[in-house]
Amino acid sequence: MAASTLTESEKRKNMPLEYSTEEGDLRIVGFWIFLAAELVLFSTLFATYLVLQSHTAGAPTAKDLFKINPVMAETIVLLVSSFTCGLGTLELRRHNTKGLIAWLVVTVILGLAFIGLEANEFYSYAVHEGAPLSSSAFLSGFFILLGTHGAHVTLGIFWVTAIIIQLAQRGITAVTARKAFMVGLYWHFLDVVWIFIFTAVYLTGLVI
Amino acid sequence: MENIKTFLSHFFVTGDPMIYGADASIALVSVAIVFVLTYFKKWKWLWREWLTTVDHKRIGIMYIIAALLMLFRGGVDALMMRTQLALPNMHFLNSEHYNQVFTTHGTIMIIFVAMPFIFGLMNIAVPLQIGARDVAFPFLNAVSFWLFFFGAMLFNLSFVIGGSPDAGWSSYAPYAGAELNPGVGQNYYLIGVQISGIGSLATGINFLVTIAKMRAPGMTLFKMPLFTWSILITSIIVIFAFPAFTVALALMTIDRLFGAHFFTIASGGSPMLWANLFWFWGHPEVYIVLLPVFGIFSEVIATFAHKALFGYVVMIWSMIAISVLSFLTWLHHFFTMGNTAPVNAFFSLSTMLIAIPTGVKIFNWLFTLNKGRIEFTTPMLWALAFIPNFTVGGVTGVMLAMAPADYQYHNSDFLVAHFHSTLIAGTVFGVFCGLHYWWPKMFGYLLNEKLGKWSFWIFMISYNICFMPMYFLGLMGMTRRMYTYPAGLGWGPINFIITIGAFGMGLGFTIMAANIIWSAIHGKRDTTGDPWDGRTLEWSTSSPAPEYNFAHIPVVSTRDAFEAMKEEERKGVKRRQLPFEPIHMPNNSGIPFIMSAFFFVAGFGFVFEWYWMGIPGLIGIVICLLARSFVYNDHHHIPTDEIERTERAAGRFS
Ligand code: HEM
Ligand SMILES: [Cu+2]
Repeated sequence: MAASTLTESEKRKNMPLEYSTEEGDLRIVGFWIFLAAELVLFSTLFATYLVLQSHTAGAPTAKDLFKINPVMAETIVLLVSSFTCGLGTLELRRHNTKGLIAWLVVTVILGLAFIGLEANEFYSYAVHEGAPLSSSAFLSGFFILLGTHGAHVTLGIFWVTAIIIQLAQRGITAVTARKAFMVGLYWHFLDVVWIFIFTAVYLTGLVI
Repeated sequence: MENIKTFLSHFFVTGDPMIYGADASIALVSVAIVFVLTYFKKWKWLWREWLTTVDHKRIGIMYIIAALLMLFRGGVDALMMRTQLALPNMHFLNSEHYNQVFTTHGTIMIIFVAMPFIFGLMNIAVPLQIGARDVAFPFLNAVSFWLFFFGAMLFNLSFVIGGSPDAGWSSYAPYAGAELNPGVGQNYYLIGVQISGIGSLATGINFLVTIAKMRAPGMTLFKMPLFTWSILITSIIVIFAFPAFTVALALMTIDRLFGAHFFTIASGGSPMLWANLFWFWGHPEVYIVLLPVFGIFSEVIATFAHKALFGYVVMIWSMIAISVLSFLTWLHHFFTMGNTAPVNAFFSLSTMLIAIPTGVKIFNWLFTLNKGRIEFTTPMLWALAFIPNFTVGGVTGVMLAMAPADYQYHNSDFLVAHFHSTLIAGTVFGVFCGLHYWWPKMFGYLLNEKLGKWSFWIFMISYNICFMPMYFLGLMGMTRRMYTYPAGLGWGPINFIITIGAFGMGLGFTIMAANIIWSAIHGKRDTTGDPWDGRTLEWSTSSPAPEYNFAHIPVVSTRDAFEAMKEEERKGVKRRQLPFEPIHMPNNSGIPFIMSAFFFVAGFGFVFEWYWMGIPGLIGIVICLLARSFVYNDHHHIPTDEIERTERAAGRFS
C-alpha cells in the first residue's frame, strides 16, 4: 500500500496545481459530474421549449419579437467573456496571479454587460411588445429557458467575484487554483449552452 | 381584529378534530423536546455532535431516524385510508380529505421514506465497504441531509398550516394547476419536494465520486461489494433523472405563482408535457429505490448462506441493463392517454425487457442459497421473504406492461396492489433487512432476534393479507383514489380483509419500534465488530466504527475482502502492526443546517406567495454559499496518540 500511495503522490507532482491534491482532484471530478446534471437540466428546458415553440396562442411569435442585432451583441459579449476566462486559465497555468485576476475582472465585466443586454431584451418584449411570460406557452418556454441561463450567469458573476477576492488575499495556491479552474469550467459551460440557445431559439425562431 | 381572525382561520387548517389532534400533539412533542434538551443541558451537545456533523455515519443515522418518523406518518395515512375503505359508504374521511391523504401518503412514502432510508443505509455502509474514511464531499453530504430534512418538514407542515396537497403523488396537470387547484396545498408539494430533490442530486454526485475515486488500494471495480455496485449505478440514475424532475417542479411552480402556461389548458399549455416530464423522472425513481435493496439482499443472502454470491458479474450487468432500460419505459404510466399504437408498442416492449435482467437476478439469489449453510437470522428472513413476494410484483408488472391489457388494469386497485408489491416487498423489506443487518455497525449492539422475528412474521403475513386480495378487487373493477363505494358490488368483504392486513402491518411495525427501544437498553453488545461472520470490509472495523473508520486503510486483493482476510488469519498468516499516522478529517460546520433552514424560510414564503419572506430567504442561501467559499480552515488531523487510545479501547491494539 505504501508503495502505491507513493507513486500516487509522485504522479500528482507532475500535474497542474489544481489537481495537485487529492481533494482538488475529487472536487474537479465532482464538478464535471455536476455539469453533466446541468446538461440534463438544460436539455429538459430545451425539450420543453421546442415542444411549446409553436403554441403561441395568438400572442406575439418568435418572428414578431426577435431582432438580430441585440442577439448578436449578447452572443459576442458572452463568447468574448468565455475567451477572456480562458486567458485567465492560461495565466493560472503560468502561476501569474495578477494576470489571472485581471482576466477574471474582464470576464465579470463582460458578464455584467451580457446580463444588462439580456435584461433589456426581456424588458422590451415584456413591456414594449406586450408579450410577458404569461401570454402564451411559447413565451413561458422562452423566458424560462433564457432566464435559467441568465440566472446561471448571474450566479457565476457572484462566484467569480468571490474567487477574485480570494486570489487577491491568498495568491495562487492549490486551493485557489482549483476554484479558479472550476469557475472557468462553469463559465465555458454556460457559453456552450448559449450557443445552443442561439441556434435552437434565435436562429430557428428568425427563420421558421 | 376581524382581519386577524380571518387570516388565522385560513392560515391554520381548521374544522377537523383529527387536525386539532395533530396540532395538539405537535405542540406537545415540541414542548417535550425543548424541555428534555434544556433539562439535561443537551442543546450544545445536539449542535456540536449532530446538527453540525459531517460524519457519514452520523448523517446516515439521522437519515434513518427521519425516515422512520416519516414512515410512521405515511403509515398513519395508509391506515386512515384503509379505515375509510373498510366498509361500503363509510363516513370516516370525506372525499376532499381522502384525496389529501392519498397524496401525502404517496409522496411521503416515496420521497421522504424510501429514498432517505436508502440514503441512510448507503451513508453508513458504502464508505466502510470500500475502505474509505468518509465520502468524497462530507460537507455536501450534510447539505444533502438537511435539505431533505427541511423539505420534508415543509411538506408536512401543510397538514396543519394552509392545507395539504390533493392532486396525488404524481400531481397531474391540469388538475394541479392554479385554476383548478387554488390555495397553497399544491405549492407545498412542489416546493417541499423540490428542496429535498436538490439534496438527492447532491447525494448522487457525492456517492458516484466516492465510489469511483476513493476505493481502498487493490479494490478494482469488479472486486467491489454488490451493495456498493448498486449504489454506484443508482447514483448515476439519480444524476440523470433528478434534473428533469427539478425542471418539471419548477415549471409547475412558475405556472402557479407567476401565471406561465407550461401545463395549463389555456394559452397553448400542454398538460401531457407534465405527464412526460414527471414520469421521465418517475420511472427511474422506482429503480432508485429498488436497485439499492437488490444490493442489500445480495450482501445479506451471501452472508447468511455463508457462500460467495452466485453470478457476481452477471448481477452487475443486469443492474446496468436495468438502469439503461429504466430511462426508456416512462410512457407505460399513460398507455391509455392517446398515444399511437407504435409508441405504445415500443414502451410495452421496453418495459417487458426489464423483466429479463430482473429474473436473472432472482435466479442468482436462488443459486446462492443452493447448498448454502443457511442461517435464519432476522435480516435473512426479510431477504428470503423478498424473493417470492417481490416476484409477484414483477409478474403483475409484466401483465400491466401489455398496453392493450392495461386499458383494463389502468388506474384500478390491481395497479395499487402491483406497486405495493414492489415497493413493500422490495424496498420496505429491503430497508428493514438492511436496518437489522447494519444496526450493530451503527450502534454497537444487536437488535433482539426474537422481537425481530415476531415483527417480521406479522408484517410479512399481514402484507399478504392486505395486498393479495387487492389484486382481485382491482380485477373486479374497484378503481384507485376512490374514497368510498356503494354496498352490493361485492367489494365490501374483500376491502374489510385488506384493512385487517393493513392494521397487521401497523402492528408489525410497532413491534419493530418496540424492538429498537428494548434493544437500546438490553441489546447484546457487539464486541468483535463482526457479529454475522460478514464478508465485506465494513465488518473488519469495530462496532460502532470509529470516527476515522479505519486506523489503517485496508488493502484488498479479492472480492469479499474481509472473508479473504479472515481466511488468511485462519491459515496463521500474521499481519504486521504498522505504526499509526495522523488522519486528515473534515471539520464540522453549521452552514449546511443554517443554509437549509434558509431554504425552508424561502420555501415557506413562496408557498404563500409572500415574497417579502421568500426573497430574503433566497438571499440568505446565497450568503451561506459565499460564506462557505471563504472558509479555508476546514479540516484537522487526528493525532496518533488519540488513534492509539481509540483502538486500544476497542480492543484492537495492544
Ligand atoms: C402499511 C402499508 C401500506 C398500506 C396499507 C398502503 C395503502 C395504500 C392505499 C390504501 C393507497 C391508496 C389507494 C387509492 O385509493 O388510490 C395507497 C397509495 C399509494 N401508496 Fe401505499 N400503502 C402502504 C405502504 C406504502 C409504501 C411503503 C409505499 C412506498 C414506498 C407506498 C406508496 C404508495 C403510493 C405511491 C401510492 C399512490 C398515491 C397516489 O395515488 O397518488 N405505500 N397506499
Ligand atoms: Cu414505470
